[in-house]
Parts: sequence; C-alpha cells; structure tokens
Amino acid sequence: MSRVAEAARPAQPAVPSVRAFRLREWLEREAVFSWLMLTPPLLFLLAFLGYPFCYGVYLSFVRRPVAQPATFVGLNNFLHLYNDPIFWQAVWNTFRFTAAATVLKLSGGLAMALVMHQHFRFKGLTRALLLLPFIVPTVLSTVAWQWIFDPGMGMFNRLLAFFDLVKQGQGPSWLGNPTLAMVSVILVNTWRGLPFFGITILAGLQTIPDELMESATIDGAGTWGRFRHVTLPLLMPVIFIVTTFSIIFTFFDFQLVYVLTGGGPANATHLMATYAYSVGMSSGQMGMGSAAALAMVPVLGVVLLAMSSYVRRS
Amino acid sequence: MVGELTWSRRLFGLWIPLAALFVFALFPFAWMAATSLKANAELYDPKANPLWIRHPSLDHYVGLLRESNFVIWIGNTMLVATVSTIISLLLGVMLAYPLARMRFPAAGLLAITVAVTYLVPQTLLFVPMADLINRMKLGDTLSAVMLTYPTLLVPFCAWLLIGYFKTVPKELEEAALIDGASRWRAMTRVILPLCTPGFLSAGIFAFTLAQNEFLYALLFLNTSTIRTVPVGVTGELIRGDAFYWGQLMAAALLGSLPVVLIYSFFVKYYVAGLTAGSVKG
Repeated sequence: MSRVAEAARPAQPAVPSVRAFRLREWLEREAVFSWLMLTPPLLFLLAFLGYPFCYGVYLSFVRRPVAQPATFVGLNNFLHLYNDPIFWQAVWNTFRFTAAATVLKLSGGLAMALVMHQHFRFKGLTRALLLLPFIVPTVLSTVAWQWIFDPGMGMFNRLLAFFDLVKQGQGPSWLGNPTLAMVSVILVNTWRGLPFFGITILAGLQTIPDELMESATIDGAGTWGRFRHVTLPLLMPVIFIVTTFSIIFTFFDFQLVYVLTGGGPANATHLMATYAYSVGMSSGQMGMGSAAALAMVPVLGVVLLAMSSYVRRS
Repeated sequence: MVGELTWSRRLFGLWIPLAALFVFALFPFAWMAATSLKANAELYDPKANPLWIRHPSLDHYVGLLRESNFVIWIGNTMLVATVSTIISLLLGVMLAYPLARMRFPAAGLLAITVAVTYLVPQTLLFVPMADLINRMKLGDTLSAVMLTYPTLLVPFCAWLLIGYFKTVPKELEEAALIDGASRWRAMTRVILPLCTPGFLSAGIFAFTLAQNEFLYALLFLNTSTIRTVPVGVTGELIRGDAFYWGQLMAAALLGSLPVVLIYSFFVKYYVAGLTAGSVKG
C-alpha cells in the first residue's frame, strides 16, 4: 500500500485521478470483480429460494390457517401426517409412479436412441418431431390425454368400439378405476418424458468414436457384444445423469396428476406433491402442507448423494 | 451396409420402430387437431369414424376466440415468458461468468450450490412461496410469476452457460487485458459475443420452461384477464363436469403453437441446451 502511495507522490496535484486509478485497479482484481458480479444473482436466489426454504421449515412446525396468526406446535404436523393413511398412500403412489415411469422412459429412450443412431434421410426433422411431446406445455397435452381417456367418446374407447372389442359405451373407465388411473398417469408421463431420454442418450451415442466400434468388430464382437461391451459402458455416465434428473422431476411431479385425475379416484393417484397442495392450499393448512412438502426432502437428499458419489467415483 | 441382409434389416431395425415411435409420439396431436376441426354434431356422433373428419369446421376456434379471454392469455404468457427469460439470462451470466472463468475463494462451493439449486423442485417451495408473495402484496399480479419463474430458470441458465464460458480460451481474455481493456470490457466485448449459441440455447430452453410453468401460475393468478394459457385453459374452459372438448382442443393446439414455432426455428439450440447438462456433466 505504502509503495503505491510513494510512487504516486510526484503527481500530487492529480489526487482524484490517482484514486480513480486505485479504484479501477481494485475492481480489476479477480476476486473483487467476481463478487461484484455474483452478488445480485446470489441475493436474488437467497431471497426467492433460500428464504422460502427456511420459511417452509419454520411453517412445518406451526399451525397456521390462512390469514391467521401462527401457533407453534412442534412436531405435531409431522405426527399428524404419520397417522394419515392418505399421506402414506400418496407416498406409496409416488414411489410406484416414479419407478414405473422411469423404467419405461429409460428402456424406451434407449431403444429410441439406438434406432435413431443410424443413417437415414430427414434425421433432423425426425428428431424435431419426436421431441414435440416434451416441448408442448404439459398442461395442454395432458388436457388432450384426458379427452383421449374419456370413457364415453374418448379416442381409446371409440377405437375399441370401432373394432368391436367392446360395446359402444361399455369401454373401461380409464381414469375412474384406481388401477387403470395409475396406469394412465404413468403412460402420460412416459409419453412426455421418453423423447427427453431418447434425444439425450442419442447425443451420448454420437460421442462414441466409430473407431471403437470398428475395432470391436475386427476383434469378433457381434451386434450384442458391441452393445454390451462398448456402447453401454460408454453410455453409463449419460444414462446415469438423465435418469437422476428424471427421477427427481418425476418424483416431484404435480401438474400431470393435478390436471388428469386431481389425485382420484379415491386418492389412487395422489402424489406427494398433489397431496401437499391439497392440504396446504385447498384446505388452507399452510403448516401441514409445508410439512407434507418437506417430507419429500429425504428422497431428494438420497438422490443427490447417489449422484455426487457417482460423479466423484468417475 | 452391404449384401441382401440390409433391406430386411433396414425394415425391421429402422423403419418399423421409427414408424411406431412416430405414432406413439404424435397421435395425441392428431387427435387434438381432429377434435378441434369437427362440429359438435359430428364430434359426439357414436357412429362417425373417430379418426376421420367429414365436415371440417372452424366453429370451435371462432367460439374460443370470441367467448373466452384466450387471446389475452396468450399475450400474458408471452410477456411473462419473455420477461422471466431476460431476467434469468442476465442473472445467469452474472452467476456463470465468474464461476467459469475466475479464480477466487469459495468458487467450487458456489458452483456446487448452483447445481443443487437447479435440482430443487418447485413443489418443495410452493407453500412458503405463496405466503411470501401474498405478504409482498403481489398476489394476483403478473409480477408475481415474473419474479418467481426466474428462481426455476436462473440455476439452469447459469449451469448451461458455465459450460459455454469454459470453452472460450483464457488467452483471448488475457490478450484483451494486456491491450488495456478492463475485465468488464473484456467480458462484454470479447468473451460474451463468442458465446451467442450458449445464450440462444439457454434462452430458448428457459422460454419453453416458462411457457410450460403451471404451479406458480395456478397459485398466484386468479383474475381471468391476468392468467397465462395453462391456468386459463384448465381453470375456465373446463366448466364443472361439462367438457367443451372441441374448444379445449382448439385451445391446446393454439396454446402450443408459439412454443412449437419458436422451437422449430431453433431446434439445434434447444437440443444443445437439453443435452448439455447431461452429456457434459
């Protein structure tokens, strides 16, 4: 510091410019520049992600009906959930839904990627069209699915009747039967998410050098051998990341079920997110709703841990 | 690709699976279009072929535009998506640039924090968020969603841009600094222009996500004239138990059109954004 001051002494009259120079030099330091850039976005995320999260934790320990003061109730909200069979049904539904949809999306997406990883004309257009289910706003496509599933005049039952598989008006109630409703919800989630898996795995496939395949062929590997010993191991990182993402977004899914079944019939398709919504918003018990939402955190934690340990390993 | 095998192999290994994929992915759109173009008499006639349109009619489209606030919803959706995309890109750059290109204490920790915030789902936060927005007196305004959408988009934009910023060689920046440019100038004049594809990818992706958002819009937007397409369609076009399927499908199709159009112009960048996180990660 003092050396800078001495060097600046001859230019005594021009003190303001020296100060400006020092400020500029200070601003040019990597850490200073970085933190000046980082502060606004970090403050934004702190205010709208960090604060709501902490506030949500606080809410889960209070009883707070809408527009009334909060009273501290300790773990009562969680105990109440623990004793609520609908909560446990939502938990079980969420696991079934996530597991089935993820397996379907992963296997379907892998197949889609392998089919697309060949030479054919209009490949770009094909990719763009097949990705459409993922692009179109979920709520709008889900409304269309609701109409497809309509028991009276929906597409599925009309087709069944048209081919004389059922009598007119006697088709299954896709969204009214508990098992079929779960199947329908899984089907729609798969329909929307499969292209995401397909296109991402395809991008992974395209990074595998052709030479590897050629040398494996020369070494006598057949189609299956090449897939099993060359393609699959090299694809594992991509598959892992896509699956992790998908598990998180499927587990916390809200809009699909909210629009398609509203959690019914008789809570058969309630997911933890739609349950938290119905408790926190529709019934107006903010504390309980917040507790129900926070009950999903352990799952997120486990998935994140698995992900970080995998990233560290590779 | 030699020999007699290729023909049957192409058929069973490529064309048939590809056709199946097309049918699976696109039939709901065909059903939407067919429904929206049939007049009610034909639509609810059990004897009519469900997959065929005998008398195409635009009644449902006319009805939709006349009887509902659909045009206003489209305008709101575009406005909200544009504003929140711009905010997210700006904040995303401010977050990503130092993390990708500068060395300073806590950089690693911050990068992990950004990755974790990206994976925090909104369903975790909607209860406290609703209370927060109400206390800020922003309930039932478009500002409520313009402020909350970026919380979903900023971490994603930042993450994607970190990858892009890292691809620009450090020497370019050093050369600019030696030539007397400030860090700010080096960033805005040298590095950022080189990352235009990254901005396009992040922007397109954020835009489609914002158009897709439903939960916050459902929580915050109650007045009909300030709703976005998803809440407008589910909240007002589905009236009790009586469904107006023709109008609903017209709305679903028209509501998807802006996203699909923008997507079709920038497919390359969209796919780059989609795959960047997972392929590079």
